[in-house]
Amino acid sequence: MKEAVFRFVEDGDSVVMGAALEAAIPFATGHEIIRQRKKGLTLIGPISDMLFDQMIGSGCIKKVIAAWVGNVIMGVGYNMRRAVEAGIPKKIEIGDYTNFTISLALHAGALGIPFIPTKSLLGTGMISEGQPFKEMECPYTKEKLALVPALKPDVAIVQAQRADEEGNTHFWGGSGVTKEAALAAKKVLVVVEEIVSKKTIQRDPNRTLLPGFLVHAVIPEPWGAHPSPMQGYYNRDHEEYMTYHQDSRDRKGYLKWLEKWVSGVKSREEYLNLLGEEKMKSLLLKRHRRSLPVDYGY
Amino acid sequence: MRASDYTMEELMVVAGAREIRDNDVVFVGMRLPLLAFQLAKDTHAPHAIGIFENGILRDRPAGEALYTMGDTPNTESAIWTTSMMDIMALLQNERVSLGFIGGAEVDRFGNLNTTYIGGRERIKIRLPGSGGGSDIASLSKRFVIIMKHEKRRFLERVSYITSPGFGDGRDWREKIGLRGGGPCAVITTKGILRFNSETKEMILHSIHPGITLEQVLENTGWNLKCAPKIERTKPPTRFELKMIRKYDPLGFWTRNTMK
Repeated sequence: MKEAVFRFVEDGDSVVMGAALEAAIPFATGHEIIRQRKKGLTLIGPISDMLFDQMIGSGCIKKVIAAWVGNVIMGVGYNMRRAVEAGIPKKIEIGDYTNFTISLALHAGALGIPFIPTKSLLGTGMISEGQPFKEMECPYTKEKLALVPALKPDVAIVQAQRADEEGNTHFWGGSGVTKEAALAAKKVLVVVEEIVSKKTIQRDPNRTLLPGFLVHAVIPEPWGAHPSPMQGYYNRDHEEYMTYHQDSRDRKGYLKWLEKWVSGVKSREEYLNLLGEEKMKSLLLKRHRRSLPVDYGY
Repeated sequence: MRASDYTMEELMVVAGAREIRDNDVVFVGMRLPLLAFQLAKDTHAPHAIGIFENGILRDRPAGEALYTMGDTPNTESAIWTTSMMDIMALLQNERVSLGFIGGAEVDRFGNLNTTYIGGRERIKIRLPGSGGGSDIASLSKRFVIIMKHEKRRFLERVSYITSPGFGDGRDWREKIGLRGGGPCAVITTKGILRFNSETKEMILHSIHPGITLEQVLENTGWNLKCAPKIERTKPPTRFELKMIRKYDPLGFWTRNTMK
């Protein structure tokens, strides 16, 4: 993890994280980025459930391009509010999107075209002066369309269940905008619960979210998405979101949280030690629900 | 049921569920609508389909309490797990009959602000933003707003439109090029409001048990018009309450136990 973040996330990069929305959020990677004191990053994501707020508070972010930044079950993100309203710890810029238009922007990036039209956005504050969106009349139907310019992120962090050593990646569950982000990005880092054999991937190619030739680094990091859930591995740690919400209410409380959970630990392993075995056990699956194999034979 | 037997949130969930028709394709969203969908499935809308923007489609309630759409029980026994693009394709291609949105501020014509209190030029409070709300408001055939009824939230005109309602009324949506049908109901902590079919102005339709007309009017930031006959919101039935408490056993969403 240390090496991958050191090599592939550069100061000033635009980075997609949390592309699967409330599940499979790359918290371990975000915390490593904070520890390495990266500077001037732009975060891109559909919604961000807590991670973007944690990163904004650390001061490594200059801009956020997203549809929603906060804490999904608790509401606002206090660090985001402090940064936008009072410039603490520093002023950040926000590019306001919707979930659909972030998806379209990354899709346009993935397709290698400059923009995609949509029927969303019309009549909203997001399409006003100084914003990236434009309006046009459809050359075929004459109806009004909003245009979403392509986003081509420098880095996409993909949090998934498993991959082989080449980066061929299996994912199951709702994937949000993960595929679009990975196909649009210049560099792709894949963070997984476990590394499996190439044969495991090939036995079920329909479960492959992206092929390894697009992937720059594969990082095995068990529990790398905690406190967000990872289907088939662990459930969501709701309590952590409630606690962070209270802890980050003022700047001092946030810094204390940061010291305890991010700066004060060297790795995910130390973080998990701090979390404790009992807590981890309580998050493990209570009932398994295995898929039935299909026949890919010929 | 007496008003002391249930909470306001439980009443709002029930009111939300009653907006769901059997065979509706529902864009579910976050918070109380998560429960409203589960409840409708167990009562009057067994054929409704729920879609979630992280890429999930399901036709039966999740087996356990949900805090977010991304929780593991929402994937288990789903019909389809896919990408957001597929879900949004359903929305833009007019296959979603009902959506739910929460709001921080709403105005006379059902426009919502969940981004900047004070407007973008003079930000007083930065809120989380649109999420999928703006897409739902723009593209679903009809949508329901669920929010607190307070004077500072019910404004003559919002300072920033995150999710479009009826703009400045009448045929604004058509003129601006919007496809979806706009808001059909606003479920608040005081009552249920609907929209005049011509002017598209919000009108008071029903008042919750224990609330007075004066309280509704006092907490609305414009001269609110009322339907010819204002109804009383029907309280939850015993069965509805039982189901809500099954899906929210700790009362996180409906009994304010953990915030």
